[in-house]
Amino acid sequence: MESGNLELQYFLSGITKGSIYAVVAIGFNLIYSATGVLNFAQGEFVMLGGMVAVTLARFVPLPVALAGAVVIVALVGCLLEILFFRRLQRHSILHLVIITIGLSIVLQEIALHLWDEKVRSLPYFTGNEISTLKFLGAAISPQVLWVLATVAVIVVLLHIFLKYTLPGRAMRAGSSNPSAAMLAGINIANMRTLAFGLSAAIGALAGCVISPITMTHYEMGAPLAIKGFAAAIVGGLGNPMAAVLGGLMVGVLEAYSVSRLPAAYSDVTVFAVLLLVLFVRPHGFWGRPGGESVREH
Amino acid sequence: MKKTYLLAAGICALGSQCLTQNIHAAAGGEPIKIGAIFSVTGPASFLGAPEEKTVRMFMDKLNAAGGINGRRVALVLKDSGGSPEKAVSFAKQLIEEEKVLAIIGPSTSGETMQIKALCEENEMILVSCAAAEVIVNPVARYVFKTPQKDSQAVTWIYRTMKDKGLRKIAVVSSNDGFGAAGKKQLEEMAPAEGIEILANEVYDKQATDLTDILTKIKGTRGVQAIVNWSIVPAQSIVAKNMRQLGMEMPLFQSHGFGNRKYVEQAGVAAEGTLFPAGRLLVVDELPDSHPQKALLAAYKKDYEETYKEDVSTFGGHAYDAILVVTEALKRAGRPDRARVRDAIENLKGLVGTAGVFNFSPTDHTGLDLTSFEMLTVKDGKFAIYRK
Repeated sequence: MESGNLELQYFLSGITKGSIYAVVAIGFNLIYSATGVLNFAQGEFVMLGGMVAVTLARFVPLPVALAGAVVIVALVGCLLEILFFRRLQRHSILHLVIITIGLSIVLQEIALHLWDEKVRSLPYFTGNEISTLKFLGAAISPQVLWVLATVAVIVVLLHIFLKYTLPGRAMRAGSSNPSAAMLAGINIANMRTLAFGLSAAIGALAGCVISPITMTHYEMGAPLAIKGFAAAIVGGLGNPMAAVLGGLMVGVLEAYSVSRLPAAYSDVTVFAVLLLVLFVRPHGFWGRPGGESVREH
Repeated sequence: MKKTYLLAAGICALGSQCLTQNIHAAAGGEPIKIGAIFSVTGPASFLGAPEEKTVRMFMDKLNAAGGINGRRVALVLKDSGGSPEKAVSFAKQLIEEEKVLAIIGPSTSGETMQIKALCEENEMILVSCAAAEVIVNPVARYVFKTPQKDSQAVTWIYRTMKDKGLRKIAVVSSNDGFGAAGKKQLEEMAPAEGIEILANEVYDKQATDLTDILTKIKGTRGVQAIVNWSIVPAQSIVAKNMRQLGMEMPLFQSHGFGNRKYVEQAGVAAEGTLFPAGRLLVVDELPDSHPQKALLAAYKKDYEETYKEDVSTFGGHAYDAILVVTEALKRAGRPDRARVRDAIENLKGLVGTAGVFNFSPTDHTGLDLTSFEMLTVKDGKFAIYRK
């Protein structure tokens, strides 16, 4: 292979990983923007989405299974908010963040008991395990394009939802100034539930589209959540587009690190750069202080 | 004053313990306790879950047939979740509180090494279901294991490579205990077998995509084959990513590939993958005259009928472990640990799932190179590799 194409191949490999982080990072962002909580159970929504879809796909066609998984996991998200966060409004954000870590462990255990410890995956949406798209001598799995397309659709829909629809505006109002929003007749609690449900839905959809690439098992959530979190931070919390760019950056950075250093150092490189970014731009590349970009969208 | 109390308490405890032991001895029909530590959940659950199922099945059958020498055998099972710390505390429990005759497991090499010295000191028989060489080398008097050694797997891989005329290879492994142990063996044995390792990369065991590492290998001049040493899901991801990158060189996997589920996960990308494994996976291909045929076929049938899932070599290691302990117990005549230990060392020609065991005071694995077979994936199924 020509060396120029090798570079391109590394880049495409970075995009593959980055698209996975990006789609996880978007979910992080939404809950953060709407409630100020960093939801570390976001990775578990991704895992649940994949698990439910794999199970449903045995009985119904793939698109129906995906839709089913998204709806079911969204309901789980709403339920979690109603059961836990609604009752704990008076507690500090830090408490709520720690609760999400607890929830993530509980969801993992529940998945272990509902399903089992085995690794499973959805079929590739187009082609199979070995089909690739050739691009100037470098190759990329068609599934990566599905992931990127999903990311694009989610970002556009989120933008429209937050900016042009009444519930979306209410959600932003509720997070930027809760008391004023309440005076204006917005039910803040319901808005938070909606935010959790939406994030869970986004996570579930992510879990479905990445399943053929990463495969799905009950423990996949936590490492994805950490990388997705890093992506959201690098991009700037509170802005879905920034999360996507952050995710792609983290992915490409990893691939670049592998190309120059032993592969074992790729995480070190990523987190070293993450720290650097936080020193120089504490709010990430495209974020604003306090992660307010969505709120003031 | 305080000391006297302690002393008194100690004497009472001792006394009560003697008492209970006497009662047990008098009862005679007490079940013989055998302990098991498996990682039924957690990252090594792909090992522990089939091991636990296998041992339960084995025990039920044994007790239904009247137990050993007229006594029932009871299983005391502990789930370590793959954590060495838990394995240590469970081992202590089994030794001090449950006073089991022997411990089978743990599932992973890391856990086994943590309790090797503990079992040896307490003269507790340990029959591990993990593969690493260090478990039985140096030999500890009370510690045995049933899977084939890592070094035997590596020998098979390197010999197959030489047969195919492949001498320059790339090694990729995961950053867990299993990957690290395999990597070490591959590196150490390469020079003697005339194999040159041109690229050697370690990746995160939770990796979601490995095209970057494989791109690096693709860009390394002269690599003729890849050896991957990891467990799911990475071992399926490697296979898929290689084919996606259009790499046609042969892929060798470790003996950790021994479950048909992994082939399903990698789909058509798994075709042609080569890996050493016991004969359990290809029992249908064995001639009826093969010494293991009857046992393998029976175990496979029982397991798959009971649990409605494919049999794996890992469950087989637990089958062998419980077989070794119960067989030695039969020969020893009574559940006396020292006698049972001696009986294990004298087991010869014992047919198990991994091979035919011939233990000796210097060999606590009891398996030789012939216990492996080189397998490949053909039309989504395991098949014996023929040149």
